[in-house]
Amino acid sequence: MSTQYTVIGTRPVRHDGADKVTGRALYGADVQMAGLLHGYILRSPHAHARIRRIDTSKAEAFPGVKAVVTAADFSPVEDKVVDLGEGNTPLSYIRGNVLASGKVLYQGHAVAAVAASSVHIAEEAARLIEVDYEVLPCVLTAPEAMRDDAPILHDNLRTKEFGEQTGRVSNVAEHFRHVMGDVEQGFAEADLIVEREYHTATVHQGYIEPHNATALWNNDGRILVWCSTQGAFVVRDVTACILQVPVSRVKVTPMEIGGGFGGKIPVYLEPVAALLSKKTGRPVKIVMSRKDVFEGTGPTPGSYIRVKMGAKKGGRITAAQAYLAYEAGAYPGAMVGPGGMCVFAAYDIPNVVIDGFDVVVNKPSTAAYRAPGATNAAFATETVVDEIADKLGMDPLEFRLKNAAKEGTRRADGPKYRRIGCVEVIEAMKNHPHYSAPLEGKNRGRGVAIGFWFNAGLPSSCTITVNADGTVNLVEGSPDIGGTRTSIAMQAAEVLGITAEDVRPTVVDTDSVGFTAVTGGSRTTFATGLAAYEAAQDVMRQMKERAAQLWEVSPESVTAEHGVFRSGDHSITFRELAKELSETGGPVVGRGAVQPRGVGGSFSGAMADVEVDPETGKVSVLRFTAVQDAGKAIHPSYVEGQMQGGSVQGIGWALNEEYYMNSSGTMMNSSLLDYRMPTALDLPMIDTVIVEVPNPGHPFGVRGVGEANIVPPPAAIANAIYHAIGVRMNRLPMNPPAIMEAVWSQRD
Amino acid sequence: MPTVYIPTLLQSLTGGRGSVQAEGATVRELIDNLEAAWPGLRERLLDEGKLRSNISVAIDGEISPLGLRERLKPSSEVHFVAAIKGGSYFGRSMAGF
Repeated sequence: MSTQYTVIGTRPVRHDGADKVTGRALYGADVQMAGLLHGYILRSPHAHARIRRIDTSKAEAFPGVKAVVTAADFSPVEDKVVDLGEGNTPLSYIRGNVLASGKVLYQGHAVAAVAASSVHIAEEAARLIEVDYEVLPCVLTAPEAMRDDAPILHDNLRTKEFGEQTGRVSNVAEHFRHVMGDVEQGFAEADLIVEREYHTATVHQGYIEPHNATALWNNDGRILVWCSTQGAFVVRDVTACILQVPVSRVKVTPMEIGGGFGGKIPVYLEPVAALLSKKTGRPVKIVMSRKDVFEGTGPTPGSYIRVKMGAKKGGRITAAQAYLAYEAGAYPGAMVGPGGMCVFAAYDIPNVVIDGFDVVVNKPSTAAYRAPGATNAAFATETVVDEIADKLGMDPLEFRLKNAAKEGTRRADGPKYRRIGCVEVIEAMKNHPHYSAPLEGKNRGRGVAIGFWFNAGLPSSCTITVNADGTVNLVEGSPDIGGTRTSIAMQAAEVLGITAEDVRPTVVDTDSVGFTAVTGGSRTTFATGLAAYEAAQDVMRQMKERAAQLWEVSPESVTAEHGVFRSGDHSITFRELAKELSETGGPVVGRGAVQPRGVGGSFSGAMADVEVDPETGKVSVLRFTAVQDAGKAIHPSYVEGQMQGGSVQGIGWALNEEYYMNSSGTMMNSSLLDYRMPTALDLPMIDTVIVEVPNPGHPFGVRGVGEANIVPPPAAIANAIYHAIGVRMNRLPMNPPAIMEAVWSQRD
Repeated sequence: MPTVYIPTLLQSLTGGRGSVQAEGATVRELIDNLEAAWPGLRERLLDEGKLRSNISVAIDGEISPLGLRERLKPSSEVHFVAAIKGGSYFGRSMAGF
């Protein structure tokens, strides 16, 4: 394949654009069908309590109510360990987060559900459900939950250390350690050591569309689901597991999705709607409110982090140590593993120790959020790095360049990097006019930071059917969140030698395409793109055979370039050949099914100019530039969109967003009025620079760009705040109270 | 002979060695040979003959989707990585690479 692309790197109009801008695209809440009932979930008002008794009789008797379910309605099976691709997890945990059994573990934990003829009747009836709680003490942060005298969430949870059950009943689900070199020796060699501790708040992904699900438990025993999800096959598999039915009995249709960012991978509503449907014999739709989304779905972990780094006067980092304790929420699974692998991932450091702890607390069970675990870690590392550079009198980007990871650098968790673009990203930052632009005025400062995310591979499937008019239909299983219909279609178009507009991509249900993992891990343009590439290659093989048949030559003699097939003096375009298919053997259908290797990680950089109001502590972002290695930008506009979106979420995480909990574990700001996400009015234009260091593991060099961009913004802003007012921030969010507290404590 | 990097929390079983060399055409064979040299390792890595669900194996820097069946070259670098679950989808296939 020539690297002079015809389609790759261009900016065609997105295939779903017309439906989206005219409001015709169908989302989960739009689902309507005959006999549809509406569901409502009753949630726990307590962060930690034993459920003594649930009496649903008054709700069931309420006019208009058709069914009520609780965890008792799950098919009775002995608790067992199941593997849904995320490790062995007790079925009781998976079911327990959908409908609580025995105990509630966070305020907002689902306890019961009602199906009624209207959502208002369902809500009214849910209030009549009597739940007798024995309220227990709650624990809300990792350091508190790790204390010996902390309230225990799960009596059966014992700390694991690399395959070994320690036998300790604890809120620490897992401890890992990575060691490389001799960290004590490394610190002994250092001329300067900086050690700081950090706290980051629980934050939510903040997708605009709330979770929703409609389920029909059909008379033939099949369960049909329509929902908003990042992974229809995940919903299928988890729903089947929870309901203890074979996966072939569940069909999931992913509707359009209004954002996910990792938060729409877990399953909350689908099994409940299915249970209600089973009881009523009618389809049941449940749509969360924003309050439900905040209190009942998975945010990203809050964390406590200590980072210690040492460097020589010349600027070489000699040693680094990190301690990361992440809040998993109610059930094990904080993304501290990736946090530990990312914490020093941008640097070539010979001596490293990293300890990570996965800690359960009385908050909603956490979920992935764009580069999960990495932003917390980078906030700590990148502010320490900035402080070291500052104390050594070095330019912060020069210091980073001096220590930057490159091909062959070994990370503390084991592997050596293949070709990566860390150096290229830092150089692009250095060369950007933003970095050298004068920044004048009082209380203004500029900060930089860099970050890393691995990206993922995982399975994907596609089929491509050639139409008689020369267009093709591309069938895929990746829900389109950020324009992936088009970025995948473009890869097929490049292979087929046709335009992106001549590819008609469709995201289909779980019965209609091969297994496809979630739209997450920045994997979709990489992995589903690769499946489309393979399917298109399959089509081209068949099309060459058809051309050969037409010309009565051998298929091996047929070549194809830019959509024209040639053999000797013969030539025919893809479009012309498509008309001949019925005369040359019938339909042409290509297939691609991959579980790719060759995943390419992505580095990202952020530059921020801020102004701090010394009277109020308000931080205004004056200018922001995001730089990221895309490998190859298939559709540059969507790459830029991802970079801007990740940057904005990083800015929100940095300055405003937090789960504000009272001491009883109740979230006090579960509305978008009080949970303050940045709007366009709060932000400058986010400038973007796409760096392209091709990933050798993908035919077009794709790495994946959905996540790394959220990693550096909080640290870049913290560093900018320091350079504006001389205060080092060690807490997220850096909202006005936190800024003023830090200013006052420095004055003291 | 492939080089195996021993996770820190398992190095008590290898006399403190951070890396060892072991024969093996596949990861499964390699673990069998590791067990012969360093008894106890297999139990920490495998559960009922399968790679423990929260452990991934990486060959030359990339998590193997084939796990124990992955074929090794004499020059292969083998890492066993603790794959702390989370987010439902990373699991064994992701584990940080």
